[in-house]
Amino acid sequence: MPDTDTIVRRADVCAVAVAECFRGDGESLANPIGVIPMIGGRLARASFEPDLMMTDGEATLIANHEASPAAADRVVETFNPYRRMFDVVWSGRRHVMMGATQVDRYGNQNIASLGPDPHQPNVQLLGVRGAPGNTINDTTSYWVGRHGPKVFVETVDVVCGIGYDRAAELGPQAARWHEIRRVVSNLGVFDFETDDHRMRIRSLHPGVTVEEVQAATGFALAVPDDLGETRLPTPDELELLDTLVDPDGTRFREVPDPA
Amino acid sequence: MTVTPATPTAKRMTPDDVAGRLRSGMTIGIGGWGSRRKPMAIVQAILRSDVTDLHVVTYGGPEVGILAAAGRMSRLTFPFVSPDVPNPMTGGSVPGLDPHFRAARQAGQLACTELDEGMLLLGLQAAAWRVPFLPTRVGLGSDVFRLDPSLKTVRSPYPGPDGGEGEELVAQPAIHLDAALVHLNVGDERGNAAFTGPDLYFDDLLLEAAAEGFVSVERIVPTETLVAAAGDVTRLRISRLFTTGVVEAPGGAGFTDCVPDYDRDDEVQSRWFATAKDPDARAAFLEEWAHA
Repeated sequence: MPDTDTIVRRADVCAVAVAECFRGDGESLANPIGVIPMIGGRLARASFEPDLMMTDGEATLIANHEASPAAADRVVETFNPYRRMFDVVWSGRRHVMMGATQVDRYGNQNIASLGPDPHQPNVQLLGVRGAPGNTINDTTSYWVGRHGPKVFVETVDVVCGIGYDRAAELGPQAARWHEIRRVVSNLGVFDFETDDHRMRIRSLHPGVTVEEVQAATGFALAVPDDLGETRLPTPDELELLDTLVDPDGTRFREVPDPA
Repeated sequence: MTVTPATPTAKRMTPDDVAGRLRSGMTIGIGGWGSRRKPMAIVQAILRSDVTDLHVVTYGGPEVGILAAAGRMSRLTFPFVSPDVPNPMTGGSVPGLDPHFRAARQAGQLACTELDEGMLLLGLQAAAWRVPFLPTRVGLGSDVFRLDPSLKTVRSPYPGPDGGEGEELVAQPAIHLDAALVHLNVGDERGNAAFTGPDLYFDDLLLEAAAEGFVSVERIVPTETLVAAAGDVTRLRISRLFTTGVVEAPGGAGFTDCVPDYDRDDEVQSRWFATAKDPDARAAFLEEWAHA
């Protein structure tokens, strides 16, 4: 039996990696969408970004540290119906973390449909949702729960969230609020801090190799010389996750430990 | 006193009266969001009518797949079609996919205008304000221009942030509706109404963008008690200036939610979705549901 105190759980690493995306954001709306993103965002607020505002997933912003509190337990800070959300998004006071059915090397994201003809797609997905407006107005990050070559693709079929190549075509004025900060997956953390904003590996989760992540990616990833491991959770962070943010351990069902 | 005040216009209707006001080929806006507060009693009445060839404009939920599967819709303007479905991981809900809409779209049965959620807001707002377009940064650089080749940009007549040429922005065109269909919690018989749940969504804007507005409500109360029934004056967000007809339809959003009156009925919604691969089961469900 391994010593349970020293086992690094992949879901905890992912939660911390998500939390790190929001570091430095200050008093703004952190809007992570999905189970792990919501847990990571709440962890950021509980540990090092206490002024973040966060949604209940519906029409209020709540102060709770728990990721998914029951409606009756929500501590409401403000009314934030969809209409108001656009005011926040277009004001620039938000950092959204969306999912991506496809994402490419420049951070273009697709959640609309798959196939060469978007007017008669092979696979209809959600639609563009708010991705065009999110990415042109605010900092955006992405969460991918299952890193694979069908997600990390050479070219996305429909550009919903715009990447750095599209932003460059618009020019520095139109794209002055565009920032794709990170992509966090179950294998590692990725950013665009390269000369031409191509995706690079920022860190790999413990036990993941460059070969493994490259094999699961449909384009060549930039690899920094000093590539390191994703930061491990601190004891305080683990305690916050276990006692306040995700006491039910939902994160372990979303991200299983590697075999 | 011998003079009686003038009698106001009677606006009470049945769902079938509303469907009777619609014409094939009309552009209709449908309120709510996802599987939340959809005007399903009126959608059922549309299925009972002979109206067809509709252009639907909506933050789409299961009504889209229903109208598509029933052959009543030929065109759709949408930022998403995504019914809310249970999330077994959290016990809450997640945005899901609608198998009926997907089948129709993938078969090429629908002409679609896809746009950002905020662009739809602005298109409705432009129609409501009677201006041809509203400028926005939303959509720049994205494939909304590929999805809708008729979309145009506009150059700001004012200097840009660097003092030079004005910014180029998306000119979101007005989205005019022939009719809007929305479902609220409570209203009066003159067409004023209130939401008592979490979010108004864009129901007021849809009505304001429409030539005719039809509001169904869980219950009609006397105007004298409307504020009390709404709970607070700020919830009275639908005014009769923008309503043509009002329908009392208890349960009229079902099987979508109408919080706090009732939650989404996942049993019915999942039973409907399960018919997607079986044309006979699909037709049988719609026949039964339309007459429920």
